[in-house]
Amino acid sequence: MDYLDSFILIGLPYTALALFVIGTIYRYTNRKFQFSSLSSEFLEGRKLFYGSVPFHWGILFVFCGHLTAFLIPSTVLTWNSQPARLMTLEISAFIFAISMLIGLINLVIRRYTTSRLSPVTNKMDLVIYVLLILQTVAGLWIAYNFRWGSSWFSTLLTPYLYSIFKLQPDTAAVVLLPWSVKLHIATAFIIIAIIPFSRLVHLLVLPLNYLWRPYQQVMWYWDKNKVRSSKTPWSLQRPKNT
Amino acid sequence: MDVRSQIAMVFHLDKCIGCHTCSIACKNIWTDRKGAEYMWWNNVETKPGTGYPTKWEDQDIYKGGWEKKNGSIHLKGAGKRRGLVNIFYNPNLPVIDDYYEPFTYKYLDLIESPEGDDQPTARPVSLITGKPIDIKMGPNWDDDLGGTPDYARHDPNMKNISPEEQEVMFQLEKMAFFYLPRICNHCLNPACVASCPSGAIYKRGEDGVVLINQEVCRAWRMCVTACPYKKSYYNWYTGKSEKCILCYPRIEAGLAPACMHSCVGRIRYLGVLLYDSSKIEEAASSDEKDLIKNQLNIILDPFDEKVIEAAKKNGVADSTIHAAQFSPVYKFVKQWGLALPLHPEFRTLPMLFYVPPLLPVMATVKKVDHKEQLEKVSPVAKKWNDNWLYDTSTKELWGTLDQIRFPLKYIANLLSAGDEDVIKDKWKKLMAVRIHRRRVTVGDVSHEKAEKVLKEAGLTAETADAIYALTSLPKFEERFVIPAAHREQAIEMMDFTGDTKGETGFGIKSKVKRGL
Repeated sequence: MDYLDSFILIGLPYTALALFVIGTIYRYTNRKFQFSSLSSEFLEGRKLFYGSVPFHWGILFVFCGHLTAFLIPSTVLTWNSQPARLMTLEISAFIFAISMLIGLINLVIRRYTTSRLSPVTNKMDLVIYVLLILQTVAGLWIAYNFRWGSSWFSTLLTPYLYSIFKLQPDTAAVVLLPWSVKLHIATAFIIIAIIPFSRLVHLLVLPLNYLWRPYQQVMWYWDKNKVRSSKTPWSLQRPKNT
Repeated sequence: MDVRSQIAMVFHLDKCIGCHTCSIACKNIWTDRKGAEYMWWNNVETKPGTGYPTKWEDQDIYKGGWEKKNGSIHLKGAGKRRGLVNIFYNPNLPVIDDYYEPFTYKYLDLIESPEGDDQPTARPVSLITGKPIDIKMGPNWDDDLGGTPDYARHDPNMKNISPEEQEVMFQLEKMAFFYLPRICNHCLNPACVASCPSGAIYKRGEDGVVLINQEVCRAWRMCVTACPYKKSYYNWYTGKSEKCILCYPRIEAGLAPACMHSCVGRIRYLGVLLYDSSKIEEAASSDEKDLIKNQLNIILDPFDEKVIEAAKKNGVADSTIHAAQFSPVYKFVKQWGLALPLHPEFRTLPMLFYVPPLLPVMATVKKVDHKEQLEKVSPVAKKWNDNWLYDTSTKELWGTLDQIRFPLKYIANLLSAGDEDVIKDKWKKLMAVRIHRRRVTVGDVSHEKAEKVLKEAGLTAETADAIYALTSLPKFEERFVIPAAHREQAIEMMDFTGDTKGETGFGIKSKVKRGL
């Protein structure tokens, strides 16, 4: 194992995860105003449809696929034991990845050809576009050339990723993988590293809470039922609502 | 009964002169920033007209507000399912072109252009891109264009008015328009709050002001769609939505909101309403014809002992209950029944009420022979072909009501979900007050006639005088009855006053410790 390999497979993941954790905590506690998806739909609302929709649904499916293979590898392998099921999984994942790539290309074209978007475009956007396109193309390349990814991810990469999280990095199997897979791993960790420093933070604040909260929200400074009651003892803090 | 207090408002449309001072006061304080240039938290629209953003009342386009389906109400263009499915692309989001591209002029060019044959001009430049633009729309673009084909005839409130009636409406000599000042309604059933996936929007329990927490807003943009009044605006620069805050820092300090304080026509009233929050959903889900009635029903009588007791139990301060008893809004809305919510059919239970304008009713235009009169004025004037008379006579009891220059339906579409009788009732009251006061001050109306008019409108002479006094002669503190904000409690929110004595300074949240 040479130095480049050990940097990509050990050094980079730990640097990225450290940056991700510290950066996220810092931004969430000290730069809360900057947590936003920074939607530009208000300035350009038609071309966005052909970029944002295929990209987001594509990446949502592909990301969940990777997550499934990481969390429940044995289930994925069992599923893949029948060729028909394997093909269904691989082909649908491939289609979603294509959709993601088409969406990305449309987003890039939209962003750099619409003059109204230039004041809300920064250098970090360019970095994200380059990384995401690189990552998507590498993923498609791997899926096409080294079949069947869902199976060998579960047997090779899942143990490697677990070893990373267990702080006992085991790269014996992963070093033997082709350069494109290593590129895919490296880009993935770079993307994780820049999440807290870019607009990608919005994926950390997915509004899932909306599903179970009541529609109307009323906030009180005080616990309205106690603040005026003479039975409420005089304590360090008046009955506040949190 | 779950009693809460709400800061509510009444705008008296007959008094609005359309000067836009309110808009400017608001703009100068709150929205004179990058990304907020196009936001008019307060705007004044000419009606009939398309409004701001263009045709905002047409929910077939913008999908705002609630709609009733199978007995319960749902958000028309947002909500849990639609909001989350459309989170990557909101198909119902108005874009900047529905408002206007903010602009400025290159004024410096007027001074610094090199000498030449042409007069230098100040070209308009976009405040978004900084590049020269052709201005297509601007603030109050349809101001005073109350009869034009481009604006007035595209007013969404025209939808069930027949072409013949519209023609009558737009006859040059009979044309009438009025102004509709709008701010956030601080609704009881706010669609913006319900639509926010992040939960950034909330209604303040103490005074009912609806606010957007700028640190929690994530630009999912659903509030812009959901608000049927289009009073939630997306800041394209910061990536956060913003809306009218009812100048809560001013209200907490006992001052009237900037738009209301600066109102030249003194059309604005602000005061506390006590309401029963347990009936909000029921009222918002009622049949369209009962909407106004049920909305007014949840507003409680601040003099009722039971209401006062329930309010105190809920932590409503004595000063707030006291303010509710003197509230001009309670008088206009409940006691006198003169004010109506704007577009109640959107089902958000708005807490901004409008006294419908008498202007389209009060006077008619008649053809008369002016020649003799004009000759007396000046020798030139006799050549004017001016044979119209703006007739405000009250010879017939409700004569002018029948000769109204607007189809009643138009005002009804605006203020009563199409119910013409409701509007007629308000107009009768307003006219009765005028006829009564005319008897008192001018004296050309007989006592019997004035009595009869008052009786038919359901008023007494005392009530009519009170309406007249609060409409025409109100002092500042009668128009704005703002409850104390209890700043003494605000201190206790940060500190335990028992500990304050030994502390160093005020407002420092961490313990003050001497350095090493």
